[in-house]
Amino acid sequence: MSTFYFIAFLSIFFSILVITAKNPVHSILYLVLTFFTFTIHYILMNAQFLAVVNFIVYMGAILVLFLYTLMLINLNKESEPRKSNLVKFAGVIGGGCFLITIVAAIKAFKVSPPVMLNDPNLGLVKNLGKILFNEYLLPFEVSSVLLLSAMVGAVLLATKDPKTT
Amino acid sequence: METLTRNIQAIPLNHYILLCSIIFSIGVIGVLIRRNAIVIFMSVELMLNSVNLLLTAFSVYRGDATGQVFVFFIMALAAAEVAVGLAIIVMIYRNTNSIDINVLNRLKW
Repeated sequence: MSTFYFIAFLSIFFSILVITAKNPVHSILYLVLTFFTFTIHYILMNAQFLAVVNFIVYMGAILVLFLYTLMLINLNKESEPRKSNLVKFAGVIGGGCFLITIVAAIKAFKVSPPVMLNDPNLGLVKNLGKILFNEYLLPFEVSSVLLLSAMVGAVLLATKDPKTT
Repeated sequence: METLTRNIQAIPLNHYILLCSIIFSIGVIGVLIRRNAIVIFMSVELMLNSVNLLLTAFSVYRGDATGQVFVFFIMALAAAEVAVGLAIIVMIYRNTNSIDINVLNRLKW
């Protein structure tokens, strides 16, 4: 039980560091740590498939893509210009109001039922694969088309057009 | 693994909602206060991940695996979004030599 609270504290701590770190590379590395704590959350909920996918896809693919783009864009010469303190203050107030609204809405629930894992093989690969390929076969295939179009779009956007330049 | 999953059984559902909304708010604040386009993208990833975690918590709570299938689709969507978004950022950097979003105010007027 205390494992959850410790990991939750680490998640919040590292995600605050993500948005406050001055160097974008440090920011990405803190984001890796945040996603690692999310993987631990998935393991605690026995969602083993999602833990593995989060580990491979997010930490392995997406964040390396971020890091690669940041290395490609040379940011060494000028540091990021800071926003004015007024804008920062307004942003924090806006996000805080959002948080307060949600917390107040949660307070309206009188009882807080515990998260019980009734079916121990709920998040295993076997169970999820059966559901994915029986009920959600069409969305699965459509998502493959989405990934293909995203790949074509990324290549098309990032390559230099020889006619215009 | 058995002891780990038994540990989770005493966590109230509200604490999961609270954790995920705190992380979502941190993502919102990050979008609002930063000017670096890549850091803004990372804040968006943070928000997506907090929603993923909450969907998984609800899925375990209800004993319904549909939520976890949905998280899987969100991850595929996030991968596509990041690929296109980073391509756009690279193109912006090539055109303006900066990834400061305040440079991109040509559509403002």
